[in-house]
Amino acid sequence: MKFLCVDCDEQMRFEERQLPGDGTLAAVFRCPSCGRMTAMLTNPMETQLVSSLGVKVGGRTVPEAPFEGIRTGVGSGREDAFEAADPTPPGPADAPARVTWSVEAVERLGHVPSFVRGMVKKIYTEYARDRGISEITPGVMDRARTDLGLEGM
Amino acid sequence: MALNIRTYHDVEDGASDLGEQVAGQQARVDARLAAVRHVVGVMSGKGGVGKSLVTAALATVLARRGHAVGVLDADLNGPSIGRMLGCPRHPLAVHRDGIDPCMAPSGVLVMSMDLLLDPDTALHWNEPSEASFVWRGTQERSALREFLADVRWGPLDALLVDLPPGVGRLAELHELLPDLAGVIAVTIPSAASRDAVGRSLDLAARRGIRVLGLVENLRGYRCETCGDDGPLFGGDASDELSRRFDVDPLGALPFDPTLDRAAAAGALEAWLSAGGATATDLSGIAARVERAVLGEPCATRAAAP
Repeated sequence: MKFLCVDCDEQMRFEERQLPGDGTLAAVFRCPSCGRMTAMLTNPMETQLVSSLGVKVGGRTVPEAPFEGIRTGVGSGREDAFEAADPTPPGPADAPARVTWSVEAVERLGHVPSFVRGMVKKIYTEYARDRGISEITPGVMDRARTDLGLEGM
Repeated sequence: MALNIRTYHDVEDGASDLGEQVAGQQARVDARLAAVRHVVGVMSGKGGVGKSLVTAALATVLARRGHAVGVLDADLNGPSIGRMLGCPRHPLAVHRDGIDPCMAPSGVLVMSMDLLLDPDTALHWNEPSEASFVWRGTQERSALREFLADVRWGPLDALLVDLPPGVGRLAELHELLPDLAGVIAVTIPSAASRDAVGRSLDLAARRGIRVLGLVENLRGYRCETCGDDGPLFGGDASDELSRRFDVDPLGALPFDPTLDRAAAAGALEAWLSAGGATATDLSGIAARVERAVLGEPCATRAAAP
């Protein structure tokens, strides 16, 4: 799948991926010459098909995580099926002493399958701490999903 | 005015790289299994023939004979291997480079959907539910790939893959592992089993998959009081299939209530230690599998996770 800027006859470059809701996957591409942007939207079934292949439209920004498809796809998993084994690396010097969650963020976390909720919470918390963010909001979660390639979480 | 649009291949690569991503997935499978000497599928084609029990018992016997053995339960919708091998329901440790399998009391390494789901809970995938037939098969194939590629199997003499009924998962496994060492077919004596297992053997032959042999399960009923064998099913599926597909018989197992109870309790290791006629039958099958493909134990578990 390639996107061509017809005016410039240039291949458009992948810019970012978003999950705006309703099961839609939005992959944004930009023309490197004129800067024109276009978004490719998939319906929920198409999103699921891409997800089930274990590939990322626009290319991977982070390596595939172990059991990525199983952990994001299984809706009936055991809550304590997994635990992180790698020790958490120390955060930067300006890392907040404690990362809190806004009410909206907690509500959104509740939509994550219980199967992986604990691990996902840890990932978001580490993401915030590493960037000096003291409160996790839905906006922070969106940025983390894009930066870390966590579509579906 | 008609636009002069270039073809897909005229435009330089680098946009979606889906092909490279899929190739990368295969490379991960190959890298993970580089230290596994033999991957062996256990198939039937027919449900209810005791294939998972044969897999679990065979893995336990091979481990007792000194082999480093893993079991991958490819039956995602009817997983049972974890229970049979007595895997504790601990959380599985997630490392950056993979997930630790469960180690059964026998030392067999296990990965099964059984370990990931709550008891009495069916496997279901997240939304959308509409038109799920479009993506469900792909999702399951990806799960099989992740079981192969993302589990820290370490060095193994044999990785047994317990395949679900039907022939589809065997084809998927062979696509992921063209160097599959072979498959063991499990049948019961009945004519219905002969037909279903025959179709699986036909598929194996068409794909050039080596059939290591045939196990006949539930050949008679072994009384736990007197030890005598009585009839259970009619038919001679094993003899017919061996003849028709030129497959070596690996041995037969009766329905033994003590084995059934041991598997239900996850106590195969203790059951084998107690010995008995059925345990001897299983040892004979394991010895024939060794001769057919495994050879002497080689992989050391010291380097395993």
